[in-house]
Amino acid sequence: MKTTRTQRDGRWLGAYVIAYLVFLYLPVLLIPLFSFNNSIQAAFPLQGLTLQWYATLFGNSALTSALLNSLVIGVIAATGATLCGITVSYMDLYGRSPLAVTISGIARLPILIPGVIVGISLLILINLIGLGPSRVAIVLGHILVALPTTVVIMRSRFAAIPKTIREAALDLGASDWTTFRRVMLPLSLPAIVSAFMLAFLISFDEFIVVFFLAGTEPTLPLYIWSQLRFPKSLPTVMALGTSILAVSFVIAAAAEILRHRGLAAAAPAVPLQPKQTKRGELQWHST
Amino acid sequence: MSTIVAAPAPEARSSSGFRVAMLLPGALVTFLLILFALGLVLFLAFRGNDGSLLGAGFTVANFAAVVSDPLYWTVTLRSLVIAALVTLATVVTAYPVAYYLAFHAGRRRGLLLFLVTLPFWTSYLLRVFAWKIVLAYNGVLNSALIESGIWSEPTLAFLNTPAAVVVTLAHAYAPFAILPIYVALDTIPKSLIEAASDLGARPFTSFRRVVLPNSMPGVLAAALVVFVPTVGDYVTPALVGGPASTMIGTLIQAQFGKANDWPFGAALSVAVMLVILWVVLVARFADRRFGSRT
Repeated sequence: MKTTRTQRDGRWLGAYVIAYLVFLYLPVLLIPLFSFNNSIQAAFPLQGLTLQWYATLFGNSALTSALLNSLVIGVIAATGATLCGITVSYMDLYGRSPLAVTISGIARLPILIPGVIVGISLLILINLIGLGPSRVAIVLGHILVALPTTVVIMRSRFAAIPKTIREAALDLGASDWTTFRRVMLPLSLPAIVSAFMLAFLISFDEFIVVFFLAGTEPTLPLYIWSQLRFPKSLPTVMALGTSILAVSFVIAAAAEILRHRGLAAAAPAVPLQPKQTKRGELQWHST
Repeated sequence: MSTIVAAPAPEARSSSGFRVAMLLPGALVTFLLILFALGLVLFLAFRGNDGSLLGAGFTVANFAAVVSDPLYWTVTLRSLVIAALVTLATVVTAYPVAYYLAFHAGRRRGLLLFLVTLPFWTSYLLRVFAWKIVLAYNGVLNSALIESGIWSEPTLAFLNTPAAVVVTLAHAYAPFAILPIYVALDTIPKSLIEAASDLGARPFTSFRRVVLPNSMPGVLAAALVVFVPTVGDYVTPALVGGPASTMIGTLIQAQFGKANDWPFGAALSVAVMLVILWVVLVARFADRRFGSRT
């Protein structure tokens, strides 16, 4: 009796989960659907298949320069955020200093600050130090926005490496620097790549903060925002949006696979810290 | 020199150069970009607006204006109500999904976890934009309703309403809520639930008295990560909300844009942070009161 009851509950819940996933994905998938629709309006009935909206993406110099901007800013900001994520979480776990723990705590603080306030606080700062709205300012803003993610990913990775490995390296006479570079970094390489990719995605898609920090060179989300005012450019925005969604899905999928594989490979046969989640899910509640 | 030097204790050998190099990037970012920048906002909130970057003279006039003008009370209250509704909707709808993931998913768990986190990494702007094309006058929902004969002509009732803001935000932040709840549910020892049923608790009783209280930290964490970004949102009200759903984030953004009154915008920001601090403290209190592990 008990088993059947649980199974029935499970089936109802399973149906609910499927409905939830439909709700989650359906509105977003409308963008690709209508990007192939031969009509300027996003409305039913569909008017037939076309690729003309994708053709408008090529040879658009404003779009191309926005794309280049986003790519360059994304790579630099992701590099910065990953570097900070590695050092902050490593020192938090092994630095044995209250300062390192404090830094790690503050680094995860932006989760508790609305994006608009992060944006204006950086706007004031960059004007104060004479930088002004610029690409450098956007890079700084995106390092900040991506920082909680990279810290959380790297921290759960470093924590999953058995302590004995690092201690063995130190006992055998390796310096701190050698231990870090030759032992801990190679062991966490999948997580580093994963953190970099997710930080890149965050920067690439970020709008709320970049809105305040951009000078004369917009990023891709800012370009989309500027196009939303014109009903005529709606199909082009949908074609562009579809391309961005496709790229995001691929990068996010690759990052997730790397993160899980890396954690599975390094997890000891007997979990040393049962409180640590096995998959190293983003532990937002740890702040 | 073949003497074997006794190696000093590993931790005592920490070279200060290594420590400085490792602490420097994080220290720069956290102290300069986070703490100092937030300090600037607080400083600016107490300055008069003379058009210069850091204002002139010290004053509490900005806060007096925030408190005395009923407009700001209305908008703040509206932001709180919208954010609270969005938080409630996301957490309540996410809980069964997290529950399924933790207790029923079996081999499909990995795939499902991946599917619910994937939208998390897609463009927020595009997720909001999708709702604009769904709700528009000549949009997806209207045309689908007419096509299927339920409606005879398109309605303006969907777009530019506070309800549109709630639905859009609830959808945009849905992936945020599942993970914290799932992690909390997953760490509940299975023996605890078995013990409850062995002692004669019906499934619902064991859920209400054992599972739910033990998952409260996750629920509160989920509520927080949804509430904080939604209360300050300005993109969604601008795209699907219309003038009747101006939120506090919209007003802050305007002070740093068209209105060009930075000190007043800073004061509004400080007010929002105080509201969030209050909510965090209430959540902490609720966590201690109801979420304590037995």
